[in-house]
Amino acid sequence: MATSTTWLLRPLQERSTQLFLGILTAALAVVTILHLAMPEDSALHVSAYTVTLLGKYLCYALLAVAVDLVWGYLGILSLGHGAFFALGGYAMGMYLMRQIGDRGTYGDPVLPDFMVFLNWDSLPWYWHGFDMAWFAFAMVLLVPGALAFVFGYLAFRSRVTGVYLSIITQALTFALMLAFFRNEMGFGGNNGLTDFRDILGFNLRTDATRLGLFIATGIALAIGYVICRGIVTSKLGRVSIACRDAEARTRFLGYRVERVQLFVFVVSAMLAGVAGALYVPQVGIINPSEFSPLFSIEVVVWVALGGRATLYGAVIGALLVNYAKTVFTGVMPDAWLFALGGLFVLVTVFLPKGIAGLLQKRRKAPEKDRSNPQEATA
Amino acid sequence: MSIIRRSLTSLLIALACLVSVPAMAQEDPGKALLVNLAEAPSSRVEEAINAIVDSGDERARGWLEAYGNNRLSRIKDTGQVVLVLNNRGRDWEIADPLTGENLGEMSRRKLDRVAINNAIRGKLEGIMAMLDLNAADPDVREASARDMMGKVDAALVAPLEARLEKEESAAVRDRIEAALAIYRVEQGDIEAVEVLAGSLHSRARAALNNAAASDNSQLAEAANKALASIEQKLKLNKAAETLYFGLSMGSVLVLAAIGLAITFGVMGVINMAHGELIMLGAYTTWGVQQLLPGQPGLALLLSIPAGFLVAAIAGIIIERSVIQHLKGRPLETLLATFGISLILQQLVRTVISPQNRTVVTPEWMSGSLVINDALSLTLNRLYVMAFALIVFAALMMIMRRTRLGLDVRAVTQNRAMARSMGIKATKVDILTFALGSGVAGLAGVALSQLTNVGPNLGQNYIIDSFMVVVFGGVGNLWGTLIAGLSLGTINQLLEPWAGAVLAKIIVLVFIILFIQKRPKGLFPQKGRAAEN
Amino acid sequence: MSIKKHVKVGLSALALSVSMHSVAAEDPIKVGILHSLSGTMAISETVLKDTVEMLIEQQNEKGGVLGRELEAVVVDPASDWPLFAEKARELLAQEEVDVIFGNWTSVSRKSVLPVVEELNGLLFYPVQYEGEESSENVFYTGAAPNQQAIPAVNYLKDEIGVERWVLAGTDYVYPRTTNKILETYLKDQGVADEDIMVNYTPFGHSDWQNIVSDIKSFGSAGKKTAVVSTINGDANVPFYRELGNQGISASDIPVVAFSVGEQELSGIDTGPLVGHLAAWNYFMSVDTDANWDFIDAWIDYKGDDTVVTNDPMEAHYIGFNMYIEAVKKAGTTDVDEVKDAIIGVSVPNLTGGYATMMPNHHITKPVLIGEIQDNGQFSVVWETPSTVAGDAWSDFLPGSRDMIADWRKPMFCGTFNTATGSCGASSGEMAAEAE
Repeated sequence: MATSTTWLLRPLQERSTQLFLGILTAALAVVTILHLAMPEDSALHVSAYTVTLLGKYLCYALLAVAVDLVWGYLGILSLGHGAFFALGGYAMGMYLMRQIGDRGTYGDPVLPDFMVFLNWDSLPWYWHGFDMAWFAFAMVLLVPGALAFVFGYLAFRSRVTGVYLSIITQALTFALMLAFFRNEMGFGGNNGLTDFRDILGFNLRTDATRLGLFIATGIALAIGYVICRGIVTSKLGRVSIACRDAEARTRFLGYRVERVQLFVFVVSAMLAGVAGALYVPQVGIINPSEFSPLFSIEVVVWVALGGRATLYGAVIGALLVNYAKTVFTGVMPDAWLFALGGLFVLVTVFLPKGIAGLLQKRRKAPEKDRSNPQEATA
Repeated sequence: MSIIRRSLTSLLIALACLVSVPAMAQEDPGKALLVNLAEAPSSRVEEAINAIVDSGDERARGWLEAYGNNRLSRIKDTGQVVLVLNNRGRDWEIADPLTGENLGEMSRRKLDRVAINNAIRGKLEGIMAMLDLNAADPDVREASARDMMGKVDAALVAPLEARLEKEESAAVRDRIEAALAIYRVEQGDIEAVEVLAGSLHSRARAALNNAAASDNSQLAEAANKALASIEQKLKLNKAAETLYFGLSMGSVLVLAAIGLAITFGVMGVINMAHGELIMLGAYTTWGVQQLLPGQPGLALLLSIPAGFLVAAIAGIIIERSVIQHLKGRPLETLLATFGISLILQQLVRTVISPQNRTVVTPEWMSGSLVINDALSLTLNRLYVMAFALIVFAALMMIMRRTRLGLDVRAVTQNRAMARSMGIKATKVDILTFALGSGVAGLAGVALSQLTNVGPNLGQNYIIDSFMVVVFGGVGNLWGTLIAGLSLGTINQLLEPWAGAVLAKIIVLVFIILFIQKRPKGLFPQKGRAAEN
Repeated sequence: MSIKKHVKVGLSALALSVSMHSVAAEDPIKVGILHSLSGTMAISETVLKDTVEMLIEQQNEKGGVLGRELEAVVVDPASDWPLFAEKARELLAQEEVDVIFGNWTSVSRKSVLPVVEELNGLLFYPVQYEGEESSENVFYTGAAPNQQAIPAVNYLKDEIGVERWVLAGTDYVYPRTTNKILETYLKDQGVADEDIMVNYTPFGHSDWQNIVSDIKSFGSAGKKTAVVSTINGDANVPFYRELGNQGISASDIPVVAFSVGEQELSGIDTGPLVGHLAAWNYFMSVDTDANWDFIDAWIDYKGDDTVVTNDPMEAHYIGFNMYIEAVKKAGTTDVDEVKDAIIGVSVPNLTGGYATMMPNHHITKPVLIGEIQDNGQFSVVWETPSTVAGDAWSDFLPGSRDMIADWRKPMFCGTFNTATGSCGASSGEMAAEAE
């Protein structure tokens, strides 16, 4: 971590990262062109609906990358990353709510509709500042980051590991879900935040804004990926892999294991927060169900399917599972849970390295002797 | 349901006996009475009921009970009043209320229910309690006298006083006096306040509260004094009640978690499908009840072994097909078993129904054990509590006293060493997992008496179960017991002032913080096995 | 390179699969059905999907409408709220349906609302809800609070003589709003603060010991007490069980529920509940020929003698028939024309009267109070003398006291403020967007 630029630039020289960024850029460009240039009745036209759908997938992909960072490279199976995702989403949602201004149903210039509805007479203190974009965007990073810091500080300091850590991350997100369901909390309870209008002055209900959000998500995913690659290829990353494989030994070698864990955990939480923030304007609602433990476990399965500790595998897993979900819930809704459940079982039993493992195996066959140490971890 | 069915059957038997009396020459007077009731406008229903009571007809009680249970109907075409024996589905089974003769089935479209509402039902309960006051069994008399409390009106005073004269049982006398006193306090009688002074009964308190708010200052003063004496006792009872609530909730948690304590604690398998194994137990109860209609109690008892077996077999299938391939990868068992839980849930939705299933509570489990008028322990929870303790004791026995338990402990502590001593580790794995799963099934049988039996049943308990096991210390059954009971109690103590949601959140945060302080739970496992 | 190939193939497959749909023929009238078929809400919503499918089948047997067949387009939003918005967009933008029947929970409706408004669709919402909403594109065929809660409270107050009230609900918007409205209403009627107890519990709450015990002691203060329950879904079974076991009978403390219908009772042993109440606009036990015919058709459709019907099903029945009538009247399925035509349309309901679509997009309904019977049915003990028109904006909430909705031109506004005489900013803009 000598100079901040070197660790961030190093991944850009890697072939795998270049490849990933190349594909991502190409995909963004293709979708944009097909959406804008093709006539609506053409078979190749990508509709605004599809653009938003793809934007949502990319948000999930970023979340999966964040989970892979802690699970794949730090050995922490977080069953509560949905909490950071949702907190980022709520921060963004609060900004979007304030942007509605007096265009809400009751026309109150300050209070969101649900507060008027429940007879609140003033804005709770924690809603202040969210009318300013810079503040809200800062909170998207800071709130999940701070929660991860406090939680991680307590947990790593007292060396809570393995299963215990997984279970208490689950408890964390479950407790937050219950809390956000409470209407007294001032986050809209079960209805959550919805009916958004503008973001940074752009009307959310236009196709151009949707395309913009989609591209922004793509860029965020690219940056998040590069940051994660940067971390895992840096010295810090190697220490964290050491923690994953033999925590006690790393500690005995003189590394401050808990600091490494804390740093990576907080970065991962912030990335999840960004993913949540980009997710909310695209789907148009944030509600406590994003905190549900089930969602967090599902994210872990995306990573497992794609291939743990590869980062790009996480992206593939997220895209694949969510695309399958879209198709299945349309075509045969009853079969969806069977398919998802079966996927969980098959991947863990037969495909411990996920799809990325399959890809690597195929690549490994021709070039027998592979001695690149970076590839070994990837 | 079952109560009504039984009372209807007894009515029919009684009727059948009466029919043999050859009094059928002239028109049965009962017919007119029933038609009168069925056709009375709401303002005259009471009159019609009184007419039935006053007729002294032996069938009166049965008719009124059927009426109170919505079982009297009128055939639209003929105006005949009939008794509905089975009111489910499209066609209803009916019988003649006069003779008890079964009239077969009739489309529900052709029947018109004899209307009743809560006000009339309340009156009816009073009248029937009055009729029951003449019963031979003093327990029945006491119960009916208790029902009379708060239901006495001017018309009932004289017969009650007459009954009081004749009554021999002291307990029944006390009840009747209290019932009369409530009426008198309502009428402004100061002396009657004295009678109610020690009573914890809610209706007595209601009467006193009313009196305390009255304009009559003397009466108000006396009532306040009586209330103050009650207040103290009430607080004590309230505390006992909260403790009971806590222990009862705790025992539910223990039941739900104890199977997990075995699979997770002893075997190291994070079984996210545990909740669905509980669900299977509950569905087994439903299934057995379907097979034995009309005998919910027997069915429930049979469900205990059946639920254990079904869940244990499911457990063995899960172990053989999935978990054995994931030895030593605990976090991955979590993912795989989570997949299994989704599959099981959807399976139940597809094969049985997405709707909740009705599990009937047997009569001996409904109602409550009355300690005093302010404190009564709900029977279903009492049984569940006892059941939890029995299951716990049995498990302790198995783990401590049997060969299986010894093997399990050996394999847990050092797998390689145990195998070299000739223990078949694979077999032990299967049996342990089957045991843990079977216990989950038992929990399901118990939960079917407390909550919904539906596809989501398991999900509601899985997180709580993990919290209990982790809090208690993995691999320690005593830890699970104490953790479950204490978490339940804390939750119920917090609930009155924090509200249900906040109480739950506080408990969760407490567990998170507690794990920071003691990462291995209340009773950490000691020794070398604990290191990994 | 193989990754690239995979991604490319996946993307083009996605693009293809999505755009293929829109080439479908224009001829049949497409009816979108947006009800959860999986997840937690599947319990309630699956039957509504079946209801609409049955109604479509019946209509097609009658020769469709305007000489066109009707065709159901079913999607599964899986009880996932963002997915509701996504699927609504799929229905409107990709499938180009003419009308949508769907949603159960408030949050799903709120999630779908911006989409339906943006793409100018038609949505029929069949469930009783908290009110405080009137959208140009949504038709509310379920009850507003003044069509359920207030008449029920009036019944308890006037007929049963209740003076003390427990307002118990699940902690979400519908109970919160309903209870707010009831609190204001009761206080206006002279009920003192200490005679009202409000309690909220989380979804799926299963341990009711403490709360039922509190209700019991609250009820022993000497005044007739009743519980007004907006407890939702699964939490009801343990609640009623606990009531029964703690010895609270309907004649002591009656519970009147707004979310417990025949469907919910089919999962409960109703023996101990006999006499507790529910307020709805329809009960399966209502004795009219239209109702029995509907039930028989439903039984035949499902092939099961024991299936039940419930209030939201009737709401879909009414909504569907209103849509058909409006299409006939307009002579087209064009959304804007149907929207204009449907106001004032009257169709028979199943309880022996007529339902009329009001200018505020709510309908007229009778209010029935029923007592639970031991067979899981309700027996009607009281009903309003005439139908009640749904109020989009409650008169008992300070924020909406002065608001009305009227979607007839020239007012054409969902949030008209009678105090200021102007239309709220939001809907003006909405209308502009829709044009």
